[in-house]
Amino acid sequence: MGFEVLLKGSNMSRLLVGLAVALRISMISVAISIVLGVILGSLMTLKNPVIKVVSKIYLEFIRIMPQMVLLFLVFFGTTKALGINMSADTASIIVFSLWGTAEMSDLVRGALSGIPKIQYESSFSLGMTTAQTYIHVIIPQIIRRMLPLSINLVTRMIKTTSLVMMIGIVEVLKVGQQIIEANRKSSPNAAFGVYATIFILYFLVCWPISILSKYLEKKWES
Amino acid sequence: MDEILSIKNLTKTFDDFVVLDHINMDVKKGEVVVIVGPSGCGKSTFLRCINAFEKIDDGSVLLSGESINPSKGKQNKTREKVGMVFQSYELFPHKTVLQNMILAPMKVKKVKKKDAEKEALVLLERVGLLSKKDSYPHQLSGGQKQRVAIVRALMMNPEVLLLDEITAALDPEMVREVLDVVINLAKEGRTMVIVTHEMLFAKAVADRMIFIDGGRIVEEGDPVSFFENPQTERLKKFLNSFTY
Repeated sequence: MGFEVLLKGSNMSRLLVGLAVALRISMISVAISIVLGVILGSLMTLKNPVIKVVSKIYLEFIRIMPQMVLLFLVFFGTTKALGINMSADTASIIVFSLWGTAEMSDLVRGALSGIPKIQYESSFSLGMTTAQTYIHVIIPQIIRRMLPLSINLVTRMIKTTSLVMMIGIVEVLKVGQQIIEANRKSSPNAAFGVYATIFILYFLVCWPISILSKYLEKKWES
Repeated sequence: MDEILSIKNLTKTFDDFVVLDHINMDVKKGEVVVIVGPSGCGKSTFLRCINAFEKIDDGSVLLSGESINPSKGKQNKTREKVGMVFQSYELFPHKTVLQNMILAPMKVKKVKKKDAEKEALVLLERVGLLSKKDSYPHQLSGGQKQRVAIVRALMMNPEVLLLDEITAALDPEMVREVLDVVINLAKEGRTMVIVTHEMLFAKAVADRMIFIDGGRIVEEGDPVSFFENPQTERLKKFLNSFTY
């Protein structure tokens, strides 16, 4: 079946290192996206016309553009056009953060605008200050509304990192290809075993996150 | 009796539209004032001005002799003393009944959790909701939510309680359980300003009735003469619209 190729030499550990590369890119991007997404999403609720137009263009641009095109644009485009020598790692973190920030900001905006003004007033009417209202009343509700969807976004970002091999990053999928290539003669069936293993690795990473999302969704359902 | 609330020439406009036009009203300690009027007449805005939710364009609102001025950024100090219950309950959905009640006393008044809980349980017992103390708002009926909202406001021991159409969103069979709570509060001597469309309730609970139309107080008086012997045509017409 081709699984035996992974037992040869350091093949399995190379695959795991590849997975770590993919996870590192996605986790850094997720962290940046959360911070920037919360800031942008909050700004978007201010109803400032300039912010509104700029954020709308940004969101639409990111949504329409396939991630791979964006990746090529940033990695090859900027290097040539702007003369910036950017590592593939940096390029992919930029692209994934651009994407994650767009999606995250929309989630934050949705969650914030979903809380009616009178809910703030209800807290104010009890004598609570603006800070107390945000800390104890508004933010906990926003987190509850957002978390299941943001977790979903995290799994999508992890899965999409498989694209970064297109700009030369040796992540799990690329390592898999290398293993298959190197063992083409000795194990012609390696493709199945290697890709199946990669499938299982992705599954092992994303499944618990997905379960957590479902659990939270159920717990906070109201 | 001393005046808790003293409102002089209160005027409020939205753009060019005058919502409240030189309203004068005093509320004494322990008095229950019920405000009625057609929808859009400014009743709710009036309550919101008392609680510093609306910027007042002219006139003054004095609470125990102190001015309420929404522009000064000290509204939270005012609101500590003024309780408000809304038509849509506005409980905090992520907190249990008990947590809803003890949050503000603990954060604003720095009451110890144990003491706040003790007080909350006494109040819940009184409105028949002790068994619901650990329920979340979405597990309660509308009438139950509104009773919780009332006792949550009472936890701050407000000098005045404002009730803004608190039964308007309720199913008819739940109105009674909420109004009974309010009638009991009136008997205990709570000072309240109530906006409602429930005329029979108004008659039962009010020490004084006020009829607002077009942003002005058109008529006011004790409930008996207000309902049985209205002086103005507008009030007669308004009261008639409630009979078939």
